[in-house]
Amino acid sequence: MRERIAGGYDNFVLPFMIGMTFIFIYLFIALIRLFAHIPPKDRIKFFKSLVNPKILYMNCRDILMDCLLHVKIFKRNLLLGYMHASIAFGWFMLIVVGHIEMWLYVPQRNGLLYYPVFFRYFVKQEGDLTLKGAFFFFLMDFFLLMVLSGVGLAMYKRFRSTAMGMRRTTKPCFADRVALACLWSIFPLRLLAESFTAGIAGGSFLTKPMYWLFANFLSDDTHILPTWWAYSTALGLFFLALPFSRYMHIPTEAFLILLRNAGLKVTKPRKGFAEAEIYSCSSCGICIDACPMNIQKKNLPFSSVYFIRFLRRHNTRKINQISDKCLMCGKCVALCPVGIESCGIKRAQRGTLYNSIKHDYSYLAAAHHTPAGAPEILPDNITPAAMMGTATAVAAPATEKVLYFAGCMTHLTTSIIKNLTEIFESSGTEYVFADKDGGVCCGRPLILAGREDAAKEVIAKNTELIRSSGCKKVVLSCPICLKVLREEYNLKGIELVHHTQFINTLLSQGKIKVAKGAGSMVYHNPCELGRGCGIYREPLNVLEQLGELKRAAKEGKESICCGGSLGSLTLSYEDRGKITQGSLAALTVNNPERIVTACPLCLKTFSDKSDRPVVDIAQIVNENICSVR
Amino acid sequence: MGKFGFALSPSSRINLDTLDNVKFAHLIEIEPDVLKCMACGSCTASCTAGKFVKTSMRSAILALQNGRNEEAISLLKSCLLCGKCTMVCPRAINTRHLIISILKVYQ
Repeated sequence: MRERIAGGYDNFVLPFMIGMTFIFIYLFIALIRLFAHIPPKDRIKFFKSLVNPKILYMNCRDILMDCLLHVKIFKRNLLLGYMHASIAFGWFMLIVVGHIEMWLYVPQRNGLLYYPVFFRYFVKQEGDLTLKGAFFFFLMDFFLLMVLSGVGLAMYKRFRSTAMGMRRTTKPCFADRVALACLWSIFPLRLLAESFTAGIAGGSFLTKPMYWLFANFLSDDTHILPTWWAYSTALGLFFLALPFSRYMHIPTEAFLILLRNAGLKVTKPRKGFAEAEIYSCSSCGICIDACPMNIQKKNLPFSSVYFIRFLRRHNTRKINQISDKCLMCGKCVALCPVGIESCGIKRAQRGTLYNSIKHDYSYLAAAHHTPAGAPEILPDNITPAAMMGTATAVAAPATEKVLYFAGCMTHLTTSIIKNLTEIFESSGTEYVFADKDGGVCCGRPLILAGREDAAKEVIAKNTELIRSSGCKKVVLSCPICLKVLREEYNLKGIELVHHTQFINTLLSQGKIKVAKGAGSMVYHNPCELGRGCGIYREPLNVLEQLGELKRAAKEGKESICCGGSLGSLTLSYEDRGKITQGSLAALTVNNPERIVTACPLCLKTFSDKSDRPVVDIAQIVNENICSVR
Repeated sequence: MGKFGFALSPSSRINLDTLDNVKFAHLIEIEPDVLKCMACGSCTASCTAGKFVKTSMRSAILALQNGRNEEAISLLKSCLLCGKCTMVCPRAINTRHLIISILKVYQ
């Protein structure tokens, strides 16, 4: 293998070089802008993470698994995963092997950006008998075939996306279409160019036969240069369109992984970390099928993918409209192959609109300092004196009792309270009822509405209440409260459990025993419990001991929101009803006798629309307790 | 002038000079549902904040209709947005967003 073109240059590399220079300058400026928008504290955190071996390992693993191999999409659908992985990994390997070839055979050209890309044009084989380089030729052809198969699948997906597990796909915008056309033509053109050159530069199982085939009717060597020009132009155009198209995710996604692993969070809806997330969106459209709102076709434009597109375009009206409408059920986040926390961006966006709304929660302090008002919200064993201030509150003696925090919603579905307190009694658990006569809201609804400042006051008040009880374990029957208590409260040393977990522990410890007489049922996984808190196994464990557990059409992290979510600010009653019906339809595919859920909000929402009984897990357990310890 | 035995009580009299219905018209524009309220009081009965301080969606809507904007704000600024009122409303009014809109329009 030696150089064929003296000087290692031909004019056809120009389009590629123009595109490449443009994209490098663009990325460099974008990177500086992004860093400027990240808060200084986070910036330090990021640079520190780069020297932390543990995070470094995580970075390498995530980039390989997510950016190149697309493992998350593989788990969803094999064909779809292969389509993404073949293009990403195949292309990456073409670049890597191209560089290796250059280093090995023409080391004098090291450092030329275009050389490995157009390697076959610049070199020629020495004699026909040598096998030198055959291995790399094979690799190059193999990976080219891999990419081509991916591109073929991508074309097929345009016409029949259902074959790849996608009912609906994203509508590409103009820049997307340009970039897509370039991307689809890059690799077939490369195959053509390399095939025409295979007689001179050699080839393997793909390019050599193509050369022989073309030799029959296109034996003229003058075909070589135009195809290389076309290949270079397609590449150059692709790079020029890249920043304005969805393919910007290629460079940004890897960077987002670094930022995320460093522990950065969204602070502003459009700048800093959020910007990295926005440009990492590959518009794959998995979130469109995921969104519970899309049971109605008219809601398709409110999917997360379009939300992010409008963010890129700074279309404030649309951004606000979508962020206010979103149910915040988190399904799009859970399924997103890039892991974009679009709900976090929406919350930050709501913050810009609603955080400044004035509020007056001074009554919270009064209610807790005045003994007259205090007993209303005080747990039974706490004296008003204990509530007089944090100093005395901290001194409250530690107790073995568990604190039961029902939450606002549970007070609308009193069956949960009744059944859970009965379970407490039959299991011999001593408990303190934190909000027997109604307590203070947990603050999650305020956070979901973007009113973080108001939420802080509520959180401070509740933290004080919980700490002053002296209990080391809090049982909550509302997953909405559980999520905010876990994430926003400072309750170190206090165990926070949902009642499904609590009942599961009681069963495994043998404190209550249940009979298997509940008949057939299906479990609805509430958004805030499953996706929000990661509690999937415990409720199923409990229910399996009670009766026949039937499967739903969508389970686990794909469970569909009940439609009652507090996350949405503007969704109408009718639209919510449609979501509820869709969710119920998915739950009842196997015709269970009852629907079991573990969230007061889901219970209330489903009860209004369901054709069969909907019960909370506490109720079904309590009904089937057969013997007390 | 004959006495009819009844009169307009001063508390519910609307002063047309001070009545600011421009803001109310704006509110209706963004929240047409406000007109659907039949003042049943379910929202007030279920209110979490109402446990501690007078908080009432029902009274706030009535106050706004009568031009008593300050009173409406004072009835709603204690709201914790827990959403119970929305869940119990028999007229399916999105009270949670209505409260946000009222606070935004009238603040």
